Amino acid sequence: MSSRRRVAVVALGAVSALVLAACGGGSASSSSGSSAAANGISNPSDVTGGTIRMANSGDWDSLDPADTYYAYSWNFARLYGRSLVMFKSAPGADGATLVPDLAESLGVPTDNAKTWTYKLRTGVKFEDGTPVTSKDVKYAVERSLDKDTFPNGPTYFNDAFDLQGYTSPYKDTSPDKLGLKAIETPDDQTIVFHLKSPFSGFDYFAQLPATMPVPVAKDTGTKYKEHVVSTGPYMFKTNELGKSFTLVRNPNWDQATDPNRKPLPDGYDVALNVNADDIDNRLQSGDLDVAVEGTGVGPSAQGKILADASLKKNTDEATVARLWYANINSDVAPLDNVHCRMAVEYAADKTGYQRSYGGATGGEIASNLLPPVIPGSEKFDDYATPNNAGDVAKAKDQLAQCGQPGGFSTSISYRAERPKEKATAESLQQSLAKAGINLTIKPYPSGDYFKLYAGKPDFAKANGLGIMITGWGADWPDGYGFLAQIVDSRVIRAAGNTNLGVKDPEVDAMIDKALQTTDTAAREKIWVDIDKKVMTDAYILPGIWAKGLLYRPPNLTNAFISDGFQMYDYLALGTTRK
Amino acid sequence: MAVYIVRRLIAAVILLLIVTAATFVIFFLVPRLAGATPDDLASRYVGKSAGPDQIHEAAVRLGFTDPIVVQYGRFVGGLVFGRDYSTGPISVHCDAPCVGYSFITQNPVLPDLLDRLPVTLSLAVGAAVLWLVGGVATGVLSALRRGSVFDRTAMGVALAGVSLPIFFTGLLSLSVFSYALGITAPGGSYTPFEDNPFVWAYDLLLPWITLAFLYAAGYARLTRAGMLDTMGEDYIRTARAKGLPERTVVVKHGLRSALTPILTIFGLDLGLLLGGAILTESTYSLPGIGKYAVDAIVNNDLPKILGVVLLGSIFIIVANLIVDLLYAVIDPRVRLS
Repeated sequence: MSSRRRVAVVALGAVSALVLAACGGGSASSSSGSSAAANGISNPSDVTGGTIRMANSGDWDSLDPADTYYAYSWNFARLYGRSLVMFKSAPGADGATLVPDLAESLGVPTDNAKTWTYKLRTGVKFEDGTPVTSKDVKYAVERSLDKDTFPNGPTYFNDAFDLQGYTSPYKDTSPDKLGLKAIETPDDQTIVFHLKSPFSGFDYFAQLPATMPVPVAKDTGTKYKEHVVSTGPYMFKTNELGKSFTLVRNPNWDQATDPNRKPLPDGYDVALNVNADDIDNRLQSGDLDVAVEGTGVGPSAQGKILADASLKKNTDEATVARLWYANINSDVAPLDNVHCRMAVEYAADKTGYQRSYGGATGGEIASNLLPPVIPGSEKFDDYATPNNAGDVAKAKDQLAQCGQPGGFSTSISYRAERPKEKATAESLQQSLAKAGINLTIKPYPSGDYFKLYAGKPDFAKANGLGIMITGWGADWPDGYGFLAQIVDSRVIRAAGNTNLGVKDPEVDAMIDKALQTTDTAAREKIWVDIDKKVMTDAYILPGIWAKGLLYRPPNLTNAFISDGFQMYDYLALGTTRK
Repeated sequence: MAVYIVRRLIAAVILLLIVTAATFVIFFLVPRLAGATPDDLASRYVGKSAGPDQIHEAAVRLGFTDPIVVQYGRFVGGLVFGRDYSTGPISVHCDAPCVGYSFITQNPVLPDLLDRLPVTLSLAVGAAVLWLVGGVATGVLSALRRGSVFDRTAMGVALAGVSLPIFFTGLLSLSVFSYALGITAPGGSYTPFEDNPFVWAYDLLLPWITLAFLYAAGYARLTRAGMLDTMGEDYIRTARAKGLPERTVVVKHGLRSALTPILTIFGLDLGLLLGGAILTESTYSLPGIGKYAVDAIVNNDLPKILGVVLLGSIFIIVANLIVDLLYAVIDPRVRLS
């Protein structure tokens, strides 16, 4: 395999760089919530009926499975669509395991994991009673490749296949619109994916909503989101864009074809663009069942809930696969010297970082990259300091080795609209100053932070951005889903990067090795080694592993947090409110 | 009168064109002058994962690479003739008057605005009735009982009303009346009038009162000041000397004269509210024009913002026209010509 090809594989999803940084709020939480649902199932029940009421403080990016890129949306999409593979509907770590959904089994790799074959279950139907075939899955994946029409979705498939010029089924001249050579459908129940390069984790791609079948005859392009044709236990009854939508039971969904779902409520009412504080109030008053974004209650509600035992018992603390951190930019002197970067690691007061995110309620102090919720991750601390408050003596020792015994000056950037990042910058400014590292704080607009400022290497270098505050969450809880976009140097482009400066050929080689390792335990070990290598070279100052304080009203049954989505599993919920 | 109205309507159309041109300049020309490229503008519409090539393709497809005059011409052409937009397999026609097409939600803007208009209309008109009645009545009574406990209390409350922002009074009243006492509807509640007028009123009661509290305060103070001025006029003394009943003196001679400036402000306020009661709708999660505008701003959805600006301008122009016409009714000295 040529190095170019390897780069292409590693770059899978590279252009999704901004997404994860924007995909959630990493809300504050408490270490003192009841966490009944986090550790197991809260209010277990098999009672059916009722309607679950959800609200979203913003708009949905899209209900179209080809055009959505939020964890809550992928979680919710399983109610109305069936992808080839899915995260198991189970609490905790079990919820991060992949199980076959539309497929009979997980993918069967051949040709050194370059070819993946799935057999579809028989008897699965669309909401109109039409049988689902492998061609409907192929068509769904094909249309997801069209980023002009569906700009929001991930680009994993675009990068995984040798497209041979194929851009969209809407420009496909073949009569059945199934002209993509990289996917074969030898019969109605079989679908075969041919990748450009080996990829051991293709089942994670197969769980993307983009593999939820779409009937070509019902496809209306960007309008399809107004009525997605269901294959799941629920289908759309109403959909008022930007306002609300409702789901009702799908009469053509057959429990016999679906071992993963036990749909309890009769339907779902989802309100959009609802005031965030109002959502928290309504959850507490019982006027709402679920804050669908799953990032936790806001700061004002958090204070009230934690101070009231009767409310606190209804909370769950979700550990999120998200790291708030700062990149130490090796492009900017003297941070091109590893000892100067190590001085930053030692001088940083992590407790200040944590306070910026609401103290212990905001998350756990991070000592390395991989969040604990990611399978196989290990905690280690190469730069331990007393009480995580920084160690000026060690920092000065590193400064001396760096040739900067009197310290140095550089700039720190953050996203202007994020008060937590502002507080972090100010905290680091104070703690690093004790070691003689003087920081000039430079805020930049969130919307263009990656495209024009911190994520643009030329700009960062020219403006001396030695430290750049940012955050990152995984598309799915796995080393590749978390690390590839922030430590692989080959994903760095002219602008729009989320890898803000980790450039280490050894790390790149280790990523290649992980991608070809089909043994899960061995692969997870490599991701940990990559984490250690990046920390050894002090490219990243880890801040905190985010947590979210979720509130569930007492009427909500079967509530549990799965590691797959790090929020309530929406497939399992029920309600006692009829 | 008819000539006056026609002349005002023509002026209104010209004004609207100026407003759209100004908005266009602010959103599309000023960023370019500030160094933004067409690709920078297009990057808002291509999702989070787009590469440079894809962003450029979008810039060409959305017409951002064309001269600003051509873009504005297309916009005005859309207003008159409508426009076609591609959605992938099918093409969507945005009927005239096409005030814009959101490249984020992939929908024409006007149907969205019209869909949300009843919410804003319900909120604004209901609140306007409350604040006009409450504010003017309080102002008149305060003026007539100047220095009394009522006057001092009413003006104190009015001061609080003017000072407290909606997002404070709104959240506080929701917390107390909806969530603690459970006597009003929770946030996000809206039932169309035609579905059930009683539920419609129940759902909107708290937003009405909150919004009216803010405006009534100002109207009470304005009315009080106007009435104090008017009631000290010679013609009021004359009216009383003629032996007219006090009620007639106050209502027909005093209040009628004091109403002229109130009416002017009312026209502007109502026009502005119809263009979107942004804070009230956001606080109560009401899916009206104001919430639509906020969401559009958050998402940098320029065609939507342009649509809201256009609609808001229309309301303000129409409201002012009506106010000007009403002057002639209220004040016999005014002649429209």
